[in-house]
Amino acid sequence: MAEKILMKGNEAIGEAAICAGCRYYFGYPITPQSELIAYMAKKLLKMKDASFVQAESELAAINMVYGAASTGVRVMTSSSSPGISLMQEGISYIACSEVPCVVVNMMRGGPGLGDIQPAQGDYFQATKGGGHGDYHLIVLAPSSVQELVDLTMDAFDLADKYRNPAMILGDGLLGQMMEAVEFKERPKVDLPSKESWTLVGCKGRKPHWIVPFNLNPSVLEKMNLVINEKYKKLKEHEVRYESINIENADLIIVAYGTVARIVKTVIQKAKKEGINIGLIRPITLFPFPEKIISKTAERIKKFLVVEMSLGQMIEDVKLAVNGKAEVNFYGRCGGIIPTPIEILKELNKYL
Amino acid sequence: MKKVFGRPESLTETPFTYCPGCHHGIAHRLVAEVLDEFGVRENTIGVCPVGCSVFAYLFFNCDMICAAHGRAPAIATGIKRSKPDSIVFTYQGDGDLASIGTAEIVHAANRGENITVIFINNAIYGMTGGQMAPTTLVGQVTQTSPYGRDPKTMGYPIKMAEMLSTLKSATYISRVALNKPSNIIKAKKSIKKAFQIQLEGKGFSMVEILSTCPTNWGLSPIEASKWLEENMIPYYPLGEFRTPEEVA
Amino acid sequence: MLEEVIIAGFGGQGVMLMGRLLAYAGMLEGKNVAWMPSYGPEMRGGTANCTVIISSEEIASPVVPYPKSIIVMNKPSLDKFEATVQKDGLIILNESLIDQKVNRDDVAIVRVPANDIANQLGNLRVANMVALGAYIKKSGVVKLKTIFKALEKTLAGRNQKLIDLNKKALKQGEELGKEC
Repeated sequence: MAEKILMKGNEAIGEAAICAGCRYYFGYPITPQSELIAYMAKKLLKMKDASFVQAESELAAINMVYGAASTGVRVMTSSSSPGISLMQEGISYIACSEVPCVVVNMMRGGPGLGDIQPAQGDYFQATKGGGHGDYHLIVLAPSSVQELVDLTMDAFDLADKYRNPAMILGDGLLGQMMEAVEFKERPKVDLPSKESWTLVGCKGRKPHWIVPFNLNPSVLEKMNLVINEKYKKLKEHEVRYESINIENADLIIVAYGTVARIVKTVIQKAKKEGINIGLIRPITLFPFPEKIISKTAERIKKFLVVEMSLGQMIEDVKLAVNGKAEVNFYGRCGGIIPTPIEILKELNKYL
Repeated sequence: MKKVFGRPESLTETPFTYCPGCHHGIAHRLVAEVLDEFGVRENTIGVCPVGCSVFAYLFFNCDMICAAHGRAPAIATGIKRSKPDSIVFTYQGDGDLASIGTAEIVHAANRGENITVIFINNAIYGMTGGQMAPTTLVGQVTQTSPYGRDPKTMGYPIKMAEMLSTLKSATYISRVALNKPSNIIKAKKSIKKAFQIQLEGKGFSMVEILSTCPTNWGLSPIEASKWLEENMIPYYPLGEFRTPEEVA
Repeated sequence: MLEEVIIAGFGGQGVMLMGRLLAYAGMLEGKNVAWMPSYGPEMRGGTANCTVIISSEEIASPVVPYPKSIIVMNKPSLDKFEATVQKDGLIILNESLIDQKVNRDDVAIVRVPANDIANQLGNLRVANMVALGAYIKKSGVVKLKTIFKALEKTLAGRNQKLIDLNKKALKQGEELGKEC
């Protein structure tokens, strides 16, 4: 068994990325993820066959990622909400070009410059594409420092497997908090070879092109359809969620990330009051665990979605529930974290 | 019979799609000749911009990637950092490099990225149909400066070569023109020097190439070359602004 | 078992380190732990606090509005957190900087002249360890010797004198925790 170490979330992501073979990092400082860029600088600048660049902007950082990813290496960038907005152009190009990479968003309060406290207001941006055009990222939502580690490693595998950018969608709280983590030995995963598309010099073959455009609409439509096939496969094979007590609950809460942790306290407190609360915690936000929500809605008729936003994931929950149950919402935003007591009070309204 | 002239191997068989009299074709060929002469085609990765030369990947016979508008130097940075033994060049126009991508070019140069930048300055936006570029001359009429570029509200044309030459980390910066054979020969030499510097791992190199855009200038190819000689060269002097000797 | 403690003081008083040592020791004793800082744009001199949770179960909410215990190193921290402590909880307060009355009669209160003791030891900066020592004794949440181990790991590579001084401060704090 690997040794347990006490680590800050942001640093744990960095170490996990390095364990996953990431040797290239390009980023720009922003609170609350600055420990991550600092960690990567500290490690990568001392490593061979590695590179760290503090870019001039998030725009440049994501394009450095695009360049490095096109040579086939594992590469990552990280930022927080406003910085991720700046990266959207590049992420759209990367998705269109089908080059794998990992982007970390440790969300803070928005919109605008917002604040630097934890929030979940970037759910739409993360799960619906975020930039222009029809595309999705693979979006993973950790809820503990250990999950930041495990999902960061998974993100690299998933990105490579599907040739698609993957995003770790955390928040300032997860990034700043320390918990005990293990860097477990991972089973070897079979991943497709990158040889057929990488830019490494055309010795002995025809040149490769990485071209995120085509001016012929029927060709561009085909490109889109090819990418769309991947999303169908993702929905089929890669959905992940955690469910607690969903068999006979009086009410099901759907929450992800930090909020799901708080909801677990709510469940304990509610139990003491004789209220039976269940939780569905999406771990993949895209692909979204719609089947389990839909199935549960056949039995349990009351849902409450809790987010650190004014209601974003609730739209996906409603689509999954499809009218079969009542879906209510409770959210705080602007960097405020809902307390177990206020959630408990809220859910009592629906019982 | 001895072959005295042929298509460089570093160019594909695809015919250029550029307008008659446009200098992109000459610039492409010069870059390709240099890649051939160094024997590095199979180890080269090119980055094309957004603009008329967005299609450059069709013409260069090496691995190519298309950048977002202005971001080519950042992409080249990512490629070169992860493949340090490859030859990496960007090919960018004046809207791309001197307007939307100013930050990227300045910082790539300032980091001393070991890449070569081919910068086509034709004083106008070509692909979008002839709008004002940051390099458009004072008084020059374009779609978005219909009464001529007025420096009071539109500023003066940016001299990128001179600007970047102020950076300590830029190793080689030159400006050349393609309006007549003698200048083309000089341009070739300069491009070769730029790639030579990259091959030797000496750092950032950029060649600014003054070029024509007969279509959007509203001139015939010959008139355009003449216009370049009479209007652009006096404002954008040719020569080397920074050389490795100066850096050392 | 579940312990939730908020440690608060001026930036520079070492409250983050107190929390980290506590979390570290909890982990060494095989518990689940979480350490969460308050974070803000001010890097130095402002008020700072962190939450530490030590539990034999999986830790649910890392946000603790009503802690079992607080360690307050200055007056503004007492003002901010006094009312939040759970009934039958524990307040460790730095008597050297807090001369006011505590308005709670339903919690245990330990007054520690942390700055004065640290000064006697020759370094004001170990006032945090004095308070931590008292807290550990009073709460019994981890063993002092585990804190020593955590200290050695955390300050590894630093000068041994500094580590010894910190240990001395912790021990003095422990004595104060005993007395109450």
